[in-house]
Amino acid sequence: MVLVYIDHQDNQIKKSTLEAVTYGVALAKQLGTEAHALLLGSVNDDLAALGAYELKNVYQINDAALAHFDAQVFVKTIAAAATKVGATTLLFSHNQTGKAVCAGVSALLKAGLVTGAIELPKTDAGFVVKKTVFSGKAFANVSIQTAIKIISLSPNSFHTTSGAAATASITPLDIPVSAGHVKITAVNKTSGEISLTEADIVVSGGRGLKGPENWGILLDLAKELGAATACSRPVGDAHWRPHHEHVGQTGVQVAPNLYIAIGISGAIQHLAGVNRSKTIVVINKDPEAPFFKAADYGIVGDAFEVLPKLTDAIKKMKASA
Amino acid sequence: MKILVCISKTPDTTAKIAFADGGKKFEEAGVQWIINPYDEWYSLVRAIELKEKDPTTIIHLVTVGGADAEPIIRKALALGGDEAIRINTDSSDSFYIAAQIAAVAATEKYDIIFTGKETIDYNGASIGGMVAALVDAPYISLATSFLFEGSTATITREIEGGEEVVTVNSPVVVSCQKGVAEQRIPNMRGIMAARTKPLKVLEPAAAEHLTSIESFELPAPKAGVKLVSPDNVEELVRLLHDEAKAI
Ligand SMILES: Cc1cc2nc3c(=O)[nH]c(=O)nc-3n(C[C@H](O)[C@H](O)[C@H](O)COP(=O)(O)OP(=O)(O)OC[C@H]3O[C@@H](n4cnc5c(N)ncnc54)[C@H](O)[C@@H]3O)c2cc1C
Repeated sequence: MVLVYIDHQDNQIKKSTLEAVTYGVALAKQLGTEAHALLLGSVNDDLAALGAYELKNVYQINDAALAHFDAQVFVKTIAAAATKVGATTLLFSHNQTGKAVCAGVSALLKAGLVTGAIELPKTDAGFVVKKTVFSGKAFANVSIQTAIKIISLSPNSFHTTSGAAATASITPLDIPVSAGHVKITAVNKTSGEISLTEADIVVSGGRGLKGPENWGILLDLAKELGAATACSRPVGDAHWRPHHEHVGQTGVQVAPNLYIAIGISGAIQHLAGVNRSKTIVVINKDPEAPFFKAADYGIVGDAFEVLPKLTDAIKKMKASA
Repeated sequence: MKILVCISKTPDTTAKIAFADGGKKFEEAGVQWIINPYDEWYSLVRAIELKEKDPTTIIHLVTVGGADAEPIIRKALALGGDEAIRINTDSSDSFYIAAQIAAVAATEKYDIIFTGKETIDYNGASIGGMVAALVDAPYISLATSFLFEGSTATITREIEGGEEVVTVNSPVVVSCQKGVAEQRIPNMRGIMAARTKPLKVLEPAAAEHLTSIESFELPAPKAGVKLVSPDNVEELVRLLHDEAKAI
């Protein structure tokens, strides 16, 4: 059985989890087995509706001790549940929660782990998973040799497909949950922002924008496109933008449908974090900027002139569509 | 207090990524090696800061790697730390490496085990979580700040769409990222001192390899950029809509 871990935030299932569900269902078909899911705690979403993704069943462990996240407790609970239901492949999203738990589950079950998978595994001979390495500069095909396998799926790598006329069953699962040692004392959400790793479109600014006071034209474009915003490392280091927006080899790695780079030179460490984007647009006044070599479309021009025009043109296109 | 800092050797961020043996092996020729930036800039420096605050703190560094990892571990010792342990084996399997670190942790009682949030070569982001599970300690991933008082750590960690602050008593395993500390440059005194700091070489503990890398690939090169005039941004919008189907 393929078992997909359902991550949730504020009692809502995240897009990255739905990607993992879609991936899990496809993998189950490939292996000739069933896809089930595992939920720790509860959500407001209608779990039965996950049947639209062709998910068979959701195992739910609803224990008061799971209301607050504690990686140690979650790891033990997930490992015990996987053993109890006889899971042979476990799937996580490679998001913050996945990164906190999948490795621990791997160690407890002695189940080989590949993190950051970007495709379905090749299972004709063995079990080989493709993942990004060198922070996006290359890929590795990793073979898992153990009977139980664990994969965490890189966000935005696998499109969700739903629409099946089916409902998923919900099966309560009784697993003793141990007491945790971690106390959460505060939560600070950057509310209203589109999550950078899940965004379809990312608009990103570099040192070429000269200062934080000039970000308005970039934010206007992002708003028009419904895009998340990002920045190069020096921009984060100088606190022109919050550091969680810093993308690249030592920042966040993103793979949106569209990445628009404005006033960013395209240093190798920056490219590493963004080069899996499907389409890359570069706006830079220097025709020799290395970023143009990694781009699909480019405008050689001054961002301060190009951005307002571009935002306008998109507005017009949307109005006429 | 005793801190274990996990150190990994990675290619420099500007290293040319190429593969040998028909894609089976990373091409090491001409590659400069560095301490994995997350290990160096954040975990190691934070451990050093804690020792500066409380000089009775003992810092051990551990690396799992062959003799070629010694310049890296010496460089880490030049920044700080009291002694280093090298487990004399090489592997790309996270579980095997974590089992080696857990074996070290089992013999010494560490209050804090620091790792970087991931290495910049294999991007596993797994060692901390595995070590924590193997030694049955709490695990705090993706820390952006780390404070320690008495025997209680107060840690800010990244969550989806924000951050949360947690408290936990030691022992604890923590993976560090930006925010935990600021990068430092080793000075001459540190470099001299590092030469005489103990570096223990241990043979690996028995552990299984759960995965292996079959091959590497490079991304397909881009077809080439289509340039649009800055006076004709409508054309870019049209291309993004009709051709790339991106908006
Ligand atoms: C170990 C290490 C790790 C690193 N990790 C990262 C990382 O994760 N992410 C990252 O981004 N960087 C990283 N860097 C830094 C990286 O090497 C570059 O220094 C950085 O990406 C450059 O940022 P930038 O493109 O914003 O600035 P610059 O390189 O200064 O480029 C600014 C660009 O703006 C253009 N420009 C100027 N004015 C205008 C205008 N009016 N209109 C349009 N264009 C204009 C210029 O032509 C130029 O190309 C790392 C470096 C090291 C050593």
